[in-house]
Amino acid sequence: MYIIVVGAGKVGYYLAKELLEAPEGHEVLIIELDAAKVERVTQELGDIALRGDGCEAATMEKAGYGRADMVIAVTGDDEDNLVVCQVAKAKFSVPRTVARINNPKNETIFKQLGIDTTVSATAAILAQIEQELPIHGLIQLLSLKGGGLEIVEVKVPQRASVVGKRIGELLLPQQSLITLIVDSDGTPRVPSNETIIRAEDQVVAVTRRESEDALRAALTNSSSPAAPGR
Amino acid sequence: MGCGRVGATLATWLDADGHDVTVLDIRPDAFKRLPPEFKGRRHAGNAIDQDVLARVGLRQADAFVAVTQGDNRNVMATQMAKHLFGVRRTLCRIYDPIREEIYRDLGLETISPTLVGAQLLKDLLDKQLVVADGEAEG
Repeated sequence: MYIIVVGAGKVGYYLAKELLEAPEGHEVLIIELDAAKVERVTQELGDIALRGDGCEAATMEKAGYGRADMVIAVTGDDEDNLVVCQVAKAKFSVPRTVARINNPKNETIFKQLGIDTTVSATAAILAQIEQELPIHGLIQLLSLKGGGLEIVEVKVPQRASVVGKRIGELLLPQQSLITLIVDSDGTPRVPSNETIIRAEDQVVAVTRRESEDALRAALTNSSSPAAPGR
Repeated sequence: MGCGRVGATLATWLDADGHDVTVLDIRPDAFKRLPPEFKGRRHAGNAIDQDVLARVGLRQADAFVAVTQGDNRNVMATQMAKHLFGVRRTLCRIYDPIREEIYRDLGLETISPTLVGAQLLKDLLDKQLVVADGEAEG
């Protein structure tokens, strides 16, 4: 594949390095405005850097966006990453665009504006830190492409009302599915309707984004949640 | 959005026309460009942050104009105003004529001061040349 990486900061540099070392043998080009960073890439990784503005048409022509299989924009500025990907799609019909986003809230608008994939380091770090925090919340593990579904993890608290119940009798939000349970001793179980929920279970579930709160409440609330519609 | 020379002038005119105007700029000292008689609101904040845009009441706005120095900031903010906040009338300044054409094709209301300025200068020059030719002949 011919892959263009825009931005030669830490993310862009190591990404290009990984792509070059991958067994698939990708052709990689890095576009970077800062001469010092271009110099560093050229010294360390070879003649794969082009100095220029990754969203200026002249640079894009020179870089050969027209034959790129993938454009990955990883500068530190969300607005630049957005425009790189939008122009790559609109003017050069690049089949796959990936944008790094720094403000996790920008994910929705980027998707809406046609960016194929967004990667948020902030969200990933937050999720990992949340996993370490002693709160019984819900952690997003992964967004599934399209459809608004995601994979989340919930740790069942000691006093949760679901403890001791069978999965079949739980009232879960629509289109929510418990797909994996990891015991407190680390043993994974594929759940069935007969599986009993135990305290401190890590429950991995597929749910709709808008049902997150309801799912978290169903699995962590101490008192019986009110029946729907009341 | 953007309280540079153009932004401040436009905001002042709209305010004088009796519109309810909010000026947004990431640098608070940019508001010094607004005259003392400006009655609108000044808001220091990052206009490509949707929380900031919500806080200044963009959902209730009838129009949004992006005139910061950064083409990409303008493009992103305008698209957020249009698609996230449903603002009906938006205007986006893009210096780079090629980028301007691309976003016009994508449905944004855009203006490239580069093209407009160059065209104005050329028209004036042409006019001067015509006058000079006329004088030479006469």
